[in-house]
Amino acid sequence: MTDAVALVPLFPLLAVLVNLFIGKRLSKKAVGILACGAVGASLGASVLAVAGLMAMEVGHRSVEVILFPWIVSGGFQVPIGFLLDPLSAVMILVVTGVGFLIHVYSTGYMHEDAGFARYFLFLNLFVFAMLLLVLGNSYLLLFIGWEGVGLCSYLLIGFWFTKDSASDAGKKAFIVNRVGDFGFILGMLLIVYHFGTLHYGQVFARAPELFHAGDLPMVLITALLFVGAMGKSAQLPLHVWLPDAMEGPTPVSALIHAATMVTAGVYMVCRSSALYELAPVILSLVAVIGCLTAFFAGTIALVQNDIKRVLAYSTVSQLGYMFLAAGVGAYVAAIFHLVTHAFFKALLFLGSGSVIHALHEEQDIRKMGGLKKYMPTTHRTFVIGSLAIAGIPPLAGFMSKDEILYEVFNAGKGTGWVLLWIGGIVTALMTAFYMFRLVYLTFYGESRMDEEVEKHVHESPPPITVPLTILAVLSAVGGFLGIPVIKKWNIMHNWLGEAFHAAAEHTTEAATHAASAVSHLTVELGLMTVSVVVAVSGILIARTIILRRPALAEKMRNDYSFLYSLFLNKWWVDELYDLTIVNPLKRFADMCWSVFDVKGIDGTVNGTAKVANVSGGVLRKLQTGFVQNYALGIVIGLALMLVLAFF
Amino acid sequence: MESLNFPILSAVVYLPAIGALLMAIFVPGRRVDAIRRIALGVALADFFLSLAILPRFRMDVADFQLMERADWIPSLGIQYLMGTDGISLLLVLLTTVLGVLAILSSFSAITERVKEYMIALLILQTGMLGVFFALDIVLFYVFWEVMLIPMALLIGIWGGARRVYAAVKFFLFTLVGSLFMLIGFLVLYFSFHRATGIYTFDLIRLLDFSFPVGVQVWAFWALFLGFAIKVPLFPFHTWLPDAHVEAPTAGSVILAGVLLKMGTYGFIRFSLPMLPEASLQAIPAIAVLSIVGIIYGALVAWVQPDVKKLVAYSSVSHLGFVMLGLFTVTIQGVQGGVLQMINHGLSTGALFLLVGILYERRHTRMIEAFGGLAAQVPLFTAVFGIVTFSSIGLPGLNGFIGEFLILLGSYKARMWVFGALAASGVILGAVYMLSMFQRVMYGTLDKEENRNLPDLNVREMLTLVPIVILIFWIGIYPKPFLKMVEPSVIKVVSRLENARVNAGSTPLVLAPDEVKVALDKHGAAPDGE
Repeated sequence: MTDAVALVPLFPLLAVLVNLFIGKRLSKKAVGILACGAVGASLGASVLAVAGLMAMEVGHRSVEVILFPWIVSGGFQVPIGFLLDPLSAVMILVVTGVGFLIHVYSTGYMHEDAGFARYFLFLNLFVFAMLLLVLGNSYLLLFIGWEGVGLCSYLLIGFWFTKDSASDAGKKAFIVNRVGDFGFILGMLLIVYHFGTLHYGQVFARAPELFHAGDLPMVLITALLFVGAMGKSAQLPLHVWLPDAMEGPTPVSALIHAATMVTAGVYMVCRSSALYELAPVILSLVAVIGCLTAFFAGTIALVQNDIKRVLAYSTVSQLGYMFLAAGVGAYVAAIFHLVTHAFFKALLFLGSGSVIHALHEEQDIRKMGGLKKYMPTTHRTFVIGSLAIAGIPPLAGFMSKDEILYEVFNAGKGTGWVLLWIGGIVTALMTAFYMFRLVYLTFYGESRMDEEVEKHVHESPPPITVPLTILAVLSAVGGFLGIPVIKKWNIMHNWLGEAFHAAAEHTTEAATHAASAVSHLTVELGLMTVSVVVAVSGILIARTIILRRPALAEKMRNDYSFLYSLFLNKWWVDELYDLTIVNPLKRFADMCWSVFDVKGIDGTVNGTAKVANVSGGVLRKLQTGFVQNYALGIVIGLALMLVLAFF
Repeated sequence: MESLNFPILSAVVYLPAIGALLMAIFVPGRRVDAIRRIALGVALADFFLSLAILPRFRMDVADFQLMERADWIPSLGIQYLMGTDGISLLLVLLTTVLGVLAILSSFSAITERVKEYMIALLILQTGMLGVFFALDIVLFYVFWEVMLIPMALLIGIWGGARRVYAAVKFFLFTLVGSLFMLIGFLVLYFSFHRATGIYTFDLIRLLDFSFPVGVQVWAFWALFLGFAIKVPLFPFHTWLPDAHVEAPTAGSVILAGVLLKMGTYGFIRFSLPMLPEASLQAIPAIAVLSIVGIIYGALVAWVQPDVKKLVAYSSVSHLGFVMLGLFTVTIQGVQGGVLQMINHGLSTGALFLLVGILYERRHTRMIEAFGGLAAQVPLFTAVFGIVTFSSIGLPGLNGFIGEFLILLGSYKARMWVFGALAASGVILGAVYMLSMFQRVMYGTLDKEENRNLPDLNVREMLTLVPIVILIFWIGIYPKPFLKMVEPSVIKVVSRLENARVNAGSTPLVLAPDEVKVALDKHGAAPDGE
């Protein structure tokens, strides 16, 4: 049954090919069925393959399927092959499962769009690339998928390419990601240099044999790979592309820029846990960057007025949590949060899409309000998603976020790590606040809509509300995959445990360490209480400021005007990049061309031509027309040649 | 065996010239359609003939095969000597493919002096093919000069506004280069004579001879000038943008696709294997120039207002990659370099075809004259998009394989900094290509002239589809291409590796097991003649 894994990426690929060649001639209905059917079939194959994997013995759950040799050069070989293990199993289920729901949603959302077939072509291609990314059995295959999803991201962000902002955003996403890929490529090169292969199994098996923790090659490799993750998963300082990516159609934001692609960096770091465990410094760096990003993006989300931008910064922030978890060695917690986040963030984006659709493409939350009565299903599901991300028990977000904070608190590496925990808790407070600011401004209070818009507001059709409902259920109960406290019932830990065996020792060690200090259970319950208090406070603060005392919001904006504009303007990071990198580089390029190329080299060459011209004029005088002179020349020349030949 | 005696290499080389000759004599210049069809037929026949080499060619052999040998000027040791290895054969296949596409692309673009134009293209074809097969240095030099003239004519007669300036510049640059190259060859010729008492231009004999290091250095740098100008390696590149911008579309396709490869081919065929000690010494200098070329070419491409000039500068960047690959002197680097020669020929060739198609419709190549074409010409957009990403080096398409192997080679050779700097080309490539693509294809269609732009017609699709197929083929299944060149690459690399060992340094670029594999697989001399 595990062989079905080869079919998982095949279905979307076939759909891409069919759509590519005859998509234009098919009806919208046929295109929709083709696209959804392919991802659905892929989901089926995934379930089958994972069931096969579950039937295998614990500790040996790993299957490799090699398809054909790809690059063969000297002693360096990379075949195309898939690796199915507990980690990739989780990923393919998320990608095809959430992907399927979003495909169905898209048939409703994009129904009026002229580029319907093109949209599904790109979306299927994305699913194919994403599956390649998570199923590849080597870094290079991961990288094909990695760049492939980047391509689809580029194409789908710029889907409405007549809008300059959309095509700018697509280009920016691709280029910023390329900055990350630059690091990733160098990381791969170092892996080949030290291990002679990019195959996961061989690299991970040999790493502990060849290197000690903290050896320079390990530090460099993991640092460079992490640069790639920063780009793909929008971590500081390469986060700038993700908010702009919201120019794409909303289902794209849900699938690519929330649930799947942007988590690829987290997946990669977790997949490489065997290497990261040998580079504790970089692991700490991952945690710090994750924490800073979570906090930083949270501050921006507090004050944004575009419904999708709030969610985008929220995504950046939540990805920060995942890296924070990975950085303290809690890989299972990172993947757990990845899964729950895929549920609730996809739900929230799709919910926002439902709102935007109903309001005729209005995205400014200042022009919404009171939508609760018009859109009951959207409202209900959106609130569930918001409660989940805010961390209200027992919803999915609570379970996974709480586990992360617990692991961070217990990492037990001194006072610096307490700061990370505090960063996490403060971010949790902000998360609860900005999500419910969004909920209250959108669904509650008085309507601030234009009259014309308000007349036409209506609940979305079933292709949109059914996926919302399913995702709401998953957001509500998904957390039970990782029940805290009772380890025996924690499905996530039991399933993923063997994928991170190196890391497992790490956490057990930390856990015993913590257990010796304070009672294990007390800490866990204590932290849980803190989390809940923080989440509830965030919601209450939002309720007070937004619904009860709007004047307070006004006053705070004025009293803290610097902070307000700092957050509103996204800490001016884009402006900083333009000022320090983009513009100087462009000026330098201009100078290279106009000064060096045109004047410098060409000037020299044309100068030589002038010299030739002038000397030609002089030499012309030698052409006397007298045969004797020529004969003399010939004799002298001959003599010279003879001299040269003999000596 | 009858088939073995048939001089298939010569047949492939001379078929275009014979076609041109017959056309010159028998077809009157006013029968334009007939001329176009005949030229296309000749090129197609030549392509199929070049394919017919494949079954006779042994992929697992490093030495030259299918040799044709005859005395030419025995007193000077000049022979008519042709032969091929995997590298030559792959480049010949590229040449015959691009030859067909170049002629097909000229059907509507060239309306003046069609006969002379087609004759020039066909003779150019013969010159280029001869360069790749010639194994006698004088023969090589003759072909090298033969291709110079029709190319200069193509630019100077059928080119754009500043065509004469560009043609002269092209001619002078290349001529100066080839004179230095000739001097380099003569140095080797006399040095060989001094040691053995034999005058010969036979490349195979010269390859087997170890030249004194002093001679090698002189010869290396003389050859370097000839080849580096052709590549073009920074800072010898300034003829290229002018030549490209002024050349007709087919001229640009051939120029970028094949002519530039002559330079890199020269390095791998002559400099590296014949002058190993001098080559090893030159690695740092050439690596620096390659890196500067990669970054400089990309930056300057970024700020070009003219699409064609942008593509021309991108060639400087891509060829920098190829040079870096060759001079890593590792199997991966050299193999990647050779593959990247093919890749660049395909993707840049396609880019010039696409720019030419735009130019035919709008009579301008300025980026600002376009914008928002995507909605108007969907087929064009799709092909342009694929080629753009091939040029950027997207995994799954051809460009990635070459670039990655080159970078891998640079790391194997412990050229850490060079490799890292070259890898920055990955970012810059995306910057300039996507900026251009965006400004031409995306946005609103706000220029009145672009409103009725027709999409690709069938003939234009026929010129582009073969390239697109190859772009995917090499990207997804590069093995046959890599395999074809592997034996020759291993041979060259082993030769340099031996030189390194003899010089007393550690063999760092080739793992010992790889050398062993190389010798086991390719050590025995085949009976290729």
